[in-house]
Amino acid sequence: MKEIKHVIRDPLGMHARPAGKLVKAASAFASRITVAAPGGTADAKRLMALMRLAAKQGMELTITIEGDDEERAAAELQAFLAANL
Amino acid sequence: MEKGTGLPVVPGVAIGPVVVWRKTTAQPDQAGDAAEEKAKFNAALEKARSQLTSLFEKAGVELGEEQAAIVEVQLLLLNDLDYLEAVNHAIEGGKSAASAVLDAGDAFAQEFAVMDDDYMKARSADIRDMARRLYGILSGSAGLQLPEGACVLVAEELAPSELLQLPRERMLALVTQQGSLSGHTAILARMMNIPSLMQADITFAAAKGCQLLAVDGFAGAWYTDPDAETLTALKAKQQEVVAAKDALEAYRGRKSVTRSGRKVLLTANIGCPEDATEAIRADAEGVGLMRSEFLYLGRESLPTEEELYEAYKKVAEIMGDRPVVIRTLDIGADKQARCLGLEKEENPALGLRGLRVCLTNEAIFRTQLRAIYRASAYGRLYVMFPLVASLWELKTAKAICAEVRRELEREGCLTRDVPIGVMVETPAAAILANSLAREAAFFSVGTNDLTQYTLAADRQNAKLGRFCDPRHPALMALLAHVAKVARDNGIWAGVCGELAAEPEMQVRLIEMGYTELSMPAGCILPARKHICEADV
Repeated sequence: MKEIKHVIRDPLGMHARPAGKLVKAASAFASRITVAAPGGTADAKRLMALMRLAAKQGMELTITIEGDDEERAAAELQAFLAANL
Repeated sequence: MEKGTGLPVVPGVAIGPVVVWRKTTAQPDQAGDAAEEKAKFNAALEKARSQLTSLFEKAGVELGEEQAAIVEVQLLLLNDLDYLEAVNHAIEGGKSAASAVLDAGDAFAQEFAVMDDDYMKARSADIRDMARRLYGILSGSAGLQLPEGACVLVAEELAPSELLQLPRERMLALVTQQGSLSGHTAILARMMNIPSLMQADITFAAAKGCQLLAVDGFAGAWYTDPDAETLTALKAKQQEVVAAKDALEAYRGRKSVTRSGRKVLLTANIGCPEDATEAIRADAEGVGLMRSEFLYLGRESLPTEEELYEAYKKVAEIMGDRPVVIRTLDIGADKQARCLGLEKEENPALGLRGLRVCLTNEAIFRTQLRAIYRASAYGRLYVMFPLVASLWELKTAKAICAEVRRELEREGCLTRDVPIGVMVETPAAAILANSLAREAAFFSVGTNDLTQYTLAADRQNAKLGRFCDPRHPALMALLAHVAKVARDNGIWAGVCGELAAEPEMQVRLIEMGYTELSMPAGCILPARKHICEADV
């Protein structure tokens, strides 16, 4: 199990566009990936669930990854978040 | 002639033939077996994706990235596992694909509609829009097709993607029986500049039965087959509008100079970087006030230096070689800024606010200044401090600026000169303008606060009406004094409060010697017209 953290920098928070990109990025991996935010937890491969977190700029996300490709997923998602959110 | 009213959503006058669009009402339909219905659903998904992709491209080209993003959301929703599973589950339970897509769409839309967050609430409409598109495909409805020629469209309601699909050049006006002023369709209609009425009391019978429908988007009125008198009045209004717009556009790209040659710089008041783009569109000659507060409001944690730097840099780049005046954090205990941890105060207007917060909390100040100096390499930046009342405040702040700049240079960071000025918004600053002028590179008068502190009257207190005159002689005297002091000391002075946006005041301020007026972007062309036609 791997865990990564990220503080949201985007002024619009987790709006549809980065959420959509995150779903795409997470869906490339077989691992189970969950995102925990102050507003709850969501499956990173489900758009509406992610948006429902209503995660805003300044909030910290904790992403938990569990599966065979968890190492690669953790590295790529960390880079993805730094570049997109 | 029949007539009625509606909420005026987009101004303008239009007269033309009507197209009435009634959506086919949802029919309870016969479901085939589950496998059949799933196949229909998948086919509909493909079709919807293809339609939305074309729409996304069209919107991007015609309206820009931001509006095209609405369509993008729907494309993303079409792929959402929760939605797809819900529809497939309903189909397995015996529903037709058409019913399943609508029901699932409504259920998710409802979840978003009740969220506290405005952005999420607005997504509810996107979910419904997407579901209705799928339903339309599955129930075989033709969708909205406009006949040849321009028309006035009358409908019960129009979803954002439906409006986007329409050929803009053929839309004279839009009248819907429902719809909200702040919904996405209204926003799009405004961007597309289509005169519109919403929540109009027009019946389909009235609309279908006429040859011409006249829409007055100013007054919020509609007329079927207007009589000669009404027609003349409306046409006159139409001419007026076109003439007024042309008259303003004639001033785009011109310098702001009075008839006798007095020059003034017309700049925009902005918050976030998006406002800067709007300012350029509105032909602003620079930014006279960039409020830093948006980076701090409504947050639990403080913005990082990176976040601040990105925002300032973006504005600097958008504005190119036009000047950008950044005001450092101007917040008090009365605003929503939990991240600052300001204690509640009896009298927030007279409390720890403006520059005082930054001088008391140097870390916050330095982070902002570091971001500003780093961003300075990308444009023509100026910085000014709010609510200054004493010379020592300015001197202390300037010393910190110098330290921050040296620190950055030691780190190998390229910075440009950032002229340091003050907002004149306290009586103390106005009275002592002479000593401040020796340390400040410029003045910018914040007339809103200067008025309330000078008259000892809260401008937001409706009961104070006649006691709080924004053109009070005392204020005029201070304004004249500040302009004179600036001139005598060889520094420039501008005005960034509400007074700067008022045409008669603009001329008076220029006469006093102010050379910069900062105002909301939309006021700039009208201001330039007024100034260029003035004899001052």
